[in-house]
Amino acid sequence: MREKKMRVAITGGTSGLGLALVREFLGRGAQVAFVARGAERVDRVAREHPGAHGIVGDVSAKDDIYPIAMQIEGELGGLDVLINNASDLGPAPLALLGDTDCEDFERALDTNVLGPFRLTKALLGALTAAAREDGAAMVVNISSDAAANAYPGWGAYGASKAALGHLTRIWNEELAPDGVHFVSIDPGDMDTPMHALAVPDSDPAALKRPEAAAREIADAISARQGDRL
Amino acid sequence: MMAAAEPRQRPPDAKLMVIDERGSITHVRRASLDACLRAGDVVVANDALALPASLRGVHTRTGCLIEVRLAGRRSLDEVHDFTAVVFGAGDFHARTEDRPAPPWLSPGDRLTLGPLSATIARLLTHPRLVDLHLDGPADAIWAGLARHGRPIQYAYVPVTLELWDAWSPVAGRPVAFEAPSAGFALDWHMVERIRSRGAAFATVTHTAGISSTGDVDLDRMLPFDEPYRISEATAAAVESARARGNRVIAIGTTVVRALEHAAIQDGHVHAGDGLATQRIGPGSRLRVVDAILTGVHEAGTSHYELLRAFADAGTLVRAERELEDMGYRTHEFGDSVLIEKRQAAYEPGPTSTTQYWTDCRAKPIRIKPTPTTPIVFAGT
Repeated sequence: MREKKMRVAITGGTSGLGLALVREFLGRGAQVAFVARGAERVDRVAREHPGAHGIVGDVSAKDDIYPIAMQIEGELGGLDVLINNASDLGPAPLALLGDTDCEDFERALDTNVLGPFRLTKALLGALTAAAREDGAAMVVNISSDAAANAYPGWGAYGASKAALGHLTRIWNEELAPDGVHFVSIDPGDMDTPMHALAVPDSDPAALKRPEAAAREIADAISARQGDRL
Repeated sequence: MMAAAEPRQRPPDAKLMVIDERGSITHVRRASLDACLRAGDVVVANDALALPASLRGVHTRTGCLIEVRLAGRRSLDEVHDFTAVVFGAGDFHARTEDRPAPPWLSPGDRLTLGPLSATIARLLTHPRLVDLHLDGPADAIWAGLARHGRPIQYAYVPVTLELWDAWSPVAGRPVAFEAPSAGFALDWHMVERIRSRGAAFATVTHTAGISSTGDVDLDRMLPFDEPYRISEATAAAVESARARGNRVIAIGTTVVRALEHAAIQDGHVHAGDGLATQRIGPGSRLRVVDAILTGVHEAGTSHYELLRAFADAGTLVRAERELEDMGYRTHEFGDSVLIEKRQAAYEPGPTSTTQYWTDCRAKPIRIKPTPTTPIVFAGT
């Protein structure tokens, strides 16, 4: 039988919170696969983090989803935890809704809503199998306070994250009998490339470190998933 | 019979023939499959995903175009070494029977398969059958398979299959070479309904092999040895159903092969990894599985042989005639058959023609009198 290490997949795993999550879970002894668009960055992060499985793919692109899912399942031999972390800000710099290009909004929806939906759906067989085998599996969707609060300028991002939040709740209702738990986690304002894109003049020192957010998220997953970390 | 030519896993008009333990035949909509279940049953599916196991490429020494179909592996965790069937130029649009042979293959020959490269490790007992070693790190092999591989497919489906066409919703581990397609009958709503009937749902992981090579001698060797894994939860669910006197219902021939193999030693299904090597046929005694949901298989295939462990030859001949008469579609996107294991005490005879309707009361689409048939097996 397989070694009972937690198998974790993280999207958007080459920078910001995603990279911090890769490091955090590797440090806790998990088997980790991460997904990102840029082949060079994926290679570099994989080289710098022995044991991490790097997968090149774009979660916002429909045709990439099944190849990504197959690599996650193949490389980890199944899946216990999926973290949908990859996000798109929408217009950058931020724009009022009236000034938001439809294409920017669509990209935010593709990355923040449809991507996590498609990837979760493709991985559901693996997640439910893990839940039947070990009693628990989990999908974590990274959210934002912009999903709950109406911040001017954050329309595309906020609305897409709100949709992701609602999707999370419905998934959770539907998959509870199969033992897959879905949760939204708002990591707070972090010192990440995305935050710099959204609020270029913010003071990084006043922001949360992504490593701290990664630790909190890993703690929350660990508490739910049992002692396999 | 007619092949299902459209790659649609759950067409709304999918049919289900039910052959009960006395050999009586009824027809229902496959969407009402759950009505065939009883509280306490355990339904076991295969959660293996079909790898994109068809790889186009070039035989380096000769420059000839080839297609490699990965067809077997020694363990679930194997990434580099496969048994493979090699075809010459062309693709699935030609019937496998009509495919040209590959160039003369020798051990050590190199193959370029898109982004992947491979070496022929050894020739096996047939000119098309080889042991193949895929080069490079495991992650690069997964990436190469994901980007370059296609699901194995046959000429009766004219459109090119995508990865998702070969993945049943409940499948989760890319270790099979063809889809365990009996599972196409399941979606998440069906899993929900299975539970609402008071039945349990469980899975095994079995590396379903290729179903046909187009070569009579090679096909005779099928199925190859197939690794499988049974979790403790599944072994416990199966054993507790058996202890209660409830039924074990296998979704597909691969599940039968895995569960029966796992019980070979002492009649009990044990959790763990195994290599299913046995052939199941008319002489086999089924110790674990009480019923099988499977596709519509034609006489002479190894899948059909396995069904002969469930039903006597006369019943299968009658069934085949009804499948034909009622326009059932064959192959992986086709209709389905649910066969209960015949009762030990049951003797084929006049009672086999009685419409005996116990479980599946949901919407029979047509029930017609079953004619008395001579006990002749079509394939012999």
